Amino acid sequence: MSKQVALLQGNEACALGAIYAGCDFFGGYPITPSTEVAEEMALMLPRSGGKFIQMEDEIAGIGTVLGAAAAGAKAMTATSGPGFSLMMELLGYGCMAELPCVIVNVQRGGPSTGLPTKGAQADMLQARWGTHGDHQAIALCPSSIEECFTQTVKCFNLAERFRMPVLLMMDEFIGHMREKMTIPQPGELETYTHPRPKIKPAEYRHFGEGTGVGGAYAAMGSGYRFNITGLTHDPKGFPTNRADETKWKMDRLRAKVADHLPELTEVEREFMDDAEIVIFSYGAAARTAQQAVREARAQGVKAGLLRPTVVWPFPDQVVTEALRQARAMVVAELNQGQMILEVERANRTHTRVLPALRYDGEMITPAEVMNVIAEAAR
Amino acid sequence: MKIHPAYEMLRPDKNFPNVWCPGCGHGIVQGAIIRAVQKLGLDRDEMAMVSGIGCSSRMPVYCDFNSLHTAHGRAIAFATGVKLHNPKLHVIVITGDGDALAIGGNHFIHAARRNVEMTVVLMNNMIYGMTGGQYSPTTPIGKRASTAPYGTAERDFDPCSLAKAAGAVFAARGTVYNAAELEKLITQALAKKGFALVEAVSPCPTLYGRLNREGNAVKMMQWQKENTVNVKAAEKLPPEKVRGKIVTGVFHDAETPGYTEIYDRVIAKARGA
Ligand SMILES: Cc1ncc(C[n+]2csc(CCOP(=O)(O)OP(=O)(O)O)c2C)c(N)n1
Ligand code: SF4
Ligand SMILES: [Mg+2]
Repeated sequence: MSKQVALLQGNEACALGAIYAGCDFFGGYPITPSTEVAEEMALMLPRSGGKFIQMEDEIAGIGTVLGAAAAGAKAMTATSGPGFSLMMELLGYGCMAELPCVIVNVQRGGPSTGLPTKGAQADMLQARWGTHGDHQAIALCPSSIEECFTQTVKCFNLAERFRMPVLLMMDEFIGHMREKMTIPQPGELETYTHPRPKIKPAEYRHFGEGTGVGGAYAAMGSGYRFNITGLTHDPKGFPTNRADETKWKMDRLRAKVADHLPELTEVEREFMDDAEIVIFSYGAAARTAQQAVREARAQGVKAGLLRPTVVWPFPDQVVTEALRQARAMVVAELNQGQMILEVERANRTHTRVLPALRYDGEMITPAEVMNVIAEAAR
Repeated sequence: MKIHPAYEMLRPDKNFPNVWCPGCGHGIVQGAIIRAVQKLGLDRDEMAMVSGIGCSSRMPVYCDFNSLHTAHGRAIAFATGVKLHNPKLHVIVITGDGDALAIGGNHFIHAARRNVEMTVVLMNNMIYGMTGGQYSPTTPIGKRASTAPYGTAERDFDPCSLAKAAGAVFAARGTVYNAAELEKLITQALAKKGFALVEAVSPCPTLYGRLNREGNAVKMMQWQKENTVNVKAAEKLPPEKVRGKIVTGVFHDAETPGYTEIYDRVIAKARGA
């Protein structure tokens, strides 16, 4: 087959990526600027025998996604700020019950109804800490249309492998931007589906040994009968409030991510070898940051770009190292300063960290980033 | 030793004794469900029991089915996902009056409207049991609850009328006093291909009974016995004779294609069939 090149919007690319990854269930509720994801899924899913349902609200959207996931689906929902807020309780359910699914948040300005049609990156910490209780998060951030596709595939792979909800933190700019991309051929990108257990049903423990990262786990209705609950539970999935079992469960959830940090660290670098001023940026803002870095280089400033594509877990080690080598780090993001808090936490060397922020619904400009680079270089 | 007929459907390991108080009606509802499943000869591997949060919603943990104990109010949303992804599963939703009608009210009416194939067993004790006796959407006006020390000022929902109005294909009410009738209603509901509601009036002696001075579990059962009218009989009685009584039986029984059946047609259309 010849390579298929298409002019796509980020939201469309995300939906196509989901289908590529084998997504067979979508449940959600329309909200700008994410709606095109749902519309595309409504069009494509029935063709491949999958199911699409528009629920009565976002709580039902994620609820139905988690139910489908429990029954063995590769399930997804897509939303934006207000809907993302509504999903918070059940996001935690997905973590506790270890249900793989993908949640797309095409971020818009907030708080509240905020700026429905304008972009922001202001839900970055909500993605990490929005649901109650200690928990881990895996979140990816695309900076291009192509990445909307490839990262959606990756989100599904990670969800299946880590057995938890994975977040794709898009933004309105990327969601509605149009770019040319080559659609990957089948088999070109890795698509991972978790193995199913082979042991006898009587021996199966839904949260037992070998069911963690990369492990085999069963779907409801597959002949393995087990219990799933949002209550703290033992390896069989039965509720418990025993201290030892609680600690076991909490440690298990933590270890899923904490013990796999190298696998979950993905950072793009540009001009980083000799960079003195490092620009840390992600998502749509990183497009501007990239341009600013190139312009700075053209002007003889040794600037470099550090762009995490996996934002949660935060790439601590990479950032700490970059800060150690740099004279200063500029954090460019579309909020009042969110991921910069993580950068500061990772700053073991008292390196200067400067914000380049924009939160008026408009895209940050290369000139604005350049100004901060100039200040950093001073 | 003779083994209780329900035993094969229970999970004896670790989960017993259950969380229910002595005299709670919820266990009787569980018995009725298990007998209905046995009567229909349904395969446990194809049973999915999905619940929310509440005393009633603890039931799936004790049943040896595919069990999914979800979040408060969200059982029907989860159950919709389970059913859509695997239409072969018989989905039973276990819920309480608070779970189904307050926090989960939106999902309740919309699943009924869509006619998603599931049997919803709503254990109506007219109170929030699990959290200590707060009033619910089915607490009758004037009755006491921990958050209504002077009696509630709110009118109550009739879950069966609500389900019917929203589009359910089956709506019935039974009591735990008449467990045989309840079992029959659940059996009928399980055989439906659509959204079927069985409201099981289930006493909560610990909270509702105590707060409203209705006596102990035995007295509350006695009350059910003496104050239940079958829907057929009720139709012939003047309204004042029915007021304050529990009307049991089938209120609504219709045939409309279920959601997954219609969705299969959507798939066929999308594939150009
Ligand atoms: C989001 C949320 N809000 C509140 C609660 C607390 N809560 C747990 S059960 C319950 C009420 C249960 O009442 P009902 O559904 O009637 O079940 P019952 O215990 O009476 O059987 C409440 C309010 C919760 N678990 N989650
Ligand atoms: S509090 Fe009421 S509803 Fe809950 S278990 Fe006790 S009697 Fe049953
Ligand atoms: Mg109740």
